[in-house]
Amino acid sequence: MSAAATHVARLLFRYVLRVGDLSLVLGQRLGEWVGHAPALEEDLGLANVALDLIGQARLLLAYAGELEGRERGEDEIAFLREQGEYLNPTLVEQPNGDFGQTIVRQVLIGAFQLELYERLANSADDRLAAIAAKAVKESRYHLRFSSDWLARLGDGTTESHARVQSALERLWPYTTELFAEDDLDREMADCGIAPRLAEVRAAWSARIDTLLAEATLERPRDRPYQWFGKRGEHSEHLGYILADMQYLQRAYPGERW
Amino acid sequence: MTAAAATVGAPASPCISDAAEARVARAWAALGVVEDPEIPALSLVDLGIVRFVKPQPDGVLQVGVSPTYTGCPATEVIRQLIEQALEGAGVGPAAVIHVLSPAWSSEWISAEGRRKLAAYGIVPPRDADSSRPIACPRCHSVDTECISRFGSTPCKALHRCRQCLEPFEYFKCI
Repeated sequence: MSAAATHVARLLFRYVLRVGDLSLVLGQRLGEWVGHAPALEEDLGLANVALDLIGQARLLLAYAGELEGRERGEDEIAFLREQGEYLNPTLVEQPNGDFGQTIVRQVLIGAFQLELYERLANSADDRLAAIAAKAVKESRYHLRFSSDWLARLGDGTTESHARVQSALERLWPYTTELFAEDDLDREMADCGIAPRLAEVRAAWSARIDTLLAEATLERPRDRPYQWFGKRGEHSEHLGYILADMQYLQRAYPGERW
Repeated sequence: MTAAAATVGAPASPCISDAAEARVARAWAALGVVEDPEIPALSLVDLGIVRFVKPQPDGVLQVGVSPTYTGCPATEVIRQLIEQALEGAGVGPAAVIHVLSPAWSSEWISAEGRRKLAAYGIVPPRDADSSRPIACPRCHSVDTECISRFGSTPCKALHRCRQCLEPFEYFKCI
């Protein structure tokens, strides 16, 4: 491989981890609802979304392992990295809170995933494009589920409205990171592998405005933001998620299904 | 034409290709009776997830399979079932590979598959014909409602009939 191609493969490895870790950590978080959701249907719904996310993460992390070329498989990458090596945005590691807070997080990140996958489906990288074309169909369905609930809760009782509005205020600052373009995002966009984040932001913003209006919720003001999970700088919550998620592989190294 | 018939005075290359064709046909026939582990009314071929069966130059029969959903827990079981079926059919060395692109669509469920789903009590996907009402598989009333976008497997949603009040499953469009 030429030096330039090696350089792109190394960057692509990190980029694919960003996209894959988002699905992995969010899938793990949603899995915490199993057996605890307000109703059986919602239990099934959240578990099914989590399952699709884990499926996406498997495809992406397996690809990352190949790009890295150190013979690490999807399981090793998912279960044996340290906290600082995870590149998911901080939003997806935020606690589930009540059902309303989970739904708000799901709408914010689900709309982002949808806009991102729609564009990655046209990526110059064929493998990433194929994974995105598969995932985009699932993301569209997930967003229907979460936005239905956002409208029911936002346009519901005084109590439900107040709860989702306050969850929105709490989680909104974490969305800034999604669109904060850094060198990796820029280089990936320059070679046609990833979309420009400014374009994703515009589409996301318009979609979110429509969903918030339907749910009679008020869009919070943008505020200064300090977390950058996508660079490996996480909130305190990720460590607890990993402790839970990695337990089995740490306790029984190399154990397989 | 069978491989045996082709040996009678036929040139060598069609003979090989006829044998290969018969092998592919045997593999398709074997896959056509493998039940989907979660919806046993359907075969894997009815479901449209078997994309191709191709003999490779090294003699291995390559079988391309697409997942319905990325997280479908049945994916691994399906691979094993395919391997067992091919072994049982005696088609020689075979390999199952995952095909991601183009992504599987519920439109690929065959007409036969749709009939089987309906007979099994699962309403088939509407796909392009989204204006068609979702009718209750028991009393056929179209006065039905969606009670959950997700059901017992990743590919189904839960609905309810407002006439006979029975719940039923609907195969999601994707």
